[in-house]
Amino acid sequence: MTYPNMTVRRTPIDPGRTTLRPPKLPRWATAALVVGSLAAGATVGLVGRLDSRVQWGLIAALVFVAATYGLSAAIEGRRYAKDRLAAILVWACFVIAVLPLASLVWETVARGVPGVDWYFLTHSMNGVLSWQNGGGIYHALLGTVQQVLIASVIAIPIGLLTAVYLVEYGRGKLAKTITFFVDVMTGVPSIVAGLFILSLWIMMLDFGYSGFAGAMALAILMMPIVVRSTEEMLKLVPNELRESSLALGVPKWRTILKVVLPTSIGGITTGVMLALARIAGETAPILLLVFGNQMINGNVFEGAQSSLPLFVYEQWGYGTEQAYDRAWAAALVLIAFVMILNLVARGIARWKAPKTGR
Amino acid sequence: MPATNKNTTTRLGDRVFSTLSKGSGIALLVIMAAIALFLAIRAVVAIREDEGNFLTTFQWDANADPPVFGIAVLLFGTVVSSVIAMALAVPVAVGIALFISHFAPRRLATTIGYVVDLLAAVPSIIYGLWGALYLVPHMTGLFLWLDQFFGWTKVLAYDGTPARSLMTVGILLAIMVLPIITSVTREVFLQTPKANQEAALALGATRWEVIRMTVLPFGRSGVISASMLGLGRALGETMAVATVLSPSFLIDPSLLESGGGTFAQNIASQFKEAGGTGRDALIASGLVLFVLTLLVNGAARLIIARRREYSGANA
Repeated sequence: MTYPNMTVRRTPIDPGRTTLRPPKLPRWATAALVVGSLAAGATVGLVGRLDSRVQWGLIAALVFVAATYGLSAAIEGRRYAKDRLAAILVWACFVIAVLPLASLVWETVARGVPGVDWYFLTHSMNGVLSWQNGGGIYHALLGTVQQVLIASVIAIPIGLLTAVYLVEYGRGKLAKTITFFVDVMTGVPSIVAGLFILSLWIMMLDFGYSGFAGAMALAILMMPIVVRSTEEMLKLVPNELRESSLALGVPKWRTILKVVLPTSIGGITTGVMLALARIAGETAPILLLVFGNQMINGNVFEGAQSSLPLFVYEQWGYGTEQAYDRAWAAALVLIAFVMILNLVARGIARWKAPKTGR
Repeated sequence: MPATNKNTTTRLGDRVFSTLSKGSGIALLVIMAAIALFLAIRAVVAIREDEGNFLTTFQWDANADPPVFGIAVLLFGTVVSSVIAMALAVPVAVGIALFISHFAPRRLATTIGYVVDLLAAVPSIIYGLWGALYLVPHMTGLFLWLDQFFGWTKVLAYDGTPARSLMTVGILLAIMVLPIITSVTREVFLQTPKANQEAALALGATRWEVIRMTVLPFGRSGVISASMLGLGRALGETMAVATVLSPSFLIDPSLLESGGGTFAQNIASQFKEAGGTGRDALIASGLVLFVLTLLVNGAARLIIARRREYSGANA
């Protein structure tokens, strides 16, 4: 291989210099350049009478990039200048990505907090019109919890057993096919899962809208996530543990139940909770299958229910200030719900991480 | 049963357990097949009823009599918004992944990696709410600026109406798929062999040269498959598009002005008003979306599978 970039251009050594180290920009150079280019941006902005501060910032950024590159190329050489340019770009990517995400979290918290109180959490929307204040998310919370629980009752056993099959039993074509389709299944859009249950359960078998129909679609979305994460965790269990159990005459199925699964239980729990967090925020299948309801319906198996994400969508759709306030408040509750699940899951992962030799 | 157990007698417990686990695996395959089958059944019904051409009609009157509908606009909108999202998200995601793997101070890098994973878990409806109520009004300035300089291209023309357009959708989708692309790419970059990087450093390479010579070539297939996973997400995203986009069944040459639609958005927005044929038609469009994401995800997985790492079990 040839590396075109490796041709080292030697800077002629100044005979008066006492060190062999190549010349470098001092460490305070970056800070000085930042201050300098900010000043330049502000000056241009003031002189050119640009009203938008965004333009000031952009000018400052351009000045900073050009000045850093030029200065570094003059003192340190082109290769080091390129290195600095790359570092600036990578930092810029980071900042570009952080801005919208921070704004998202900030908006949700700032606009959601005023609306969340005990009344909001314990009342339904029964009889509340879109332009009225008041109302709450109790019915939606209830629906979300019930649907997610039922989905996990369906998805967790199938997911766990499939992962066990893939790691402990699976050989040959069938296992390869299953692995491939599990991967592909992770990418099935949630609305497609919803359409499938719609076509099978509601249109063909003629059942009505219910929380259970939604839960089945959620289960389809949850299964592959559970399989993938459990598979990874089972693979981390060292073979020595399995072998010593088998060598003692323990049957394979008891080895799996009593040695392999307990060893990886922490990781498996984490994976399951991350999957729960993922499906708790799904809206599309709920919209198609659970339909939405303003009243409390505690029966998952019959009649339309609501759910938190669907509640947010409905309130957004009303388009009044009062409904927007409710939407933001419900969004905050939803985000808190999902984040708590995530944090607990990752806490468990750290606490119960399998002790491998690595 | 594995071949190693041939000489031992199989116990009942073993047989039950292995059958159960094998059965679950097969159940997953059956579900995938059933999804394709049941969507296809409805799709065939819908396409038979369709008085227009399912592929080329610029119209969606599936509830009318006779029903006329076609996916041309939806296909266009889905592909365009996803391509915009990819064009914006992939370079930035690679940048962040490099930032985490090679540039940030170690402690900061772990924290950021953690936050990126958390952001991947934010429900799409929240992105949708934020997109519709915050991003749309804030896009006007940028779009007017684009119009001022590039308006003559027609593609970037803008008339100042609320920016509920395919471009805004693309930008929102880019923000949404950023975490997933970043976290997969970062994993691949972190796996670059230390020896290669140190060899480059020993030859006097700068940090950027190390990345160009070792990390990027090593991670190329990882970046490709991560982007395709992100693309799969963007193609099938429903709620964020449904809240932001102001749909229409015309292909407007301008990407900055309202109009257009995507498969998933169309299903979500039309569902409540759809009756018999209307639903079948929506399911038919869902089948097209399913096939599209299947192809993209399948391709991504094949690329990843070629370099699947060694596992501790079943060596």
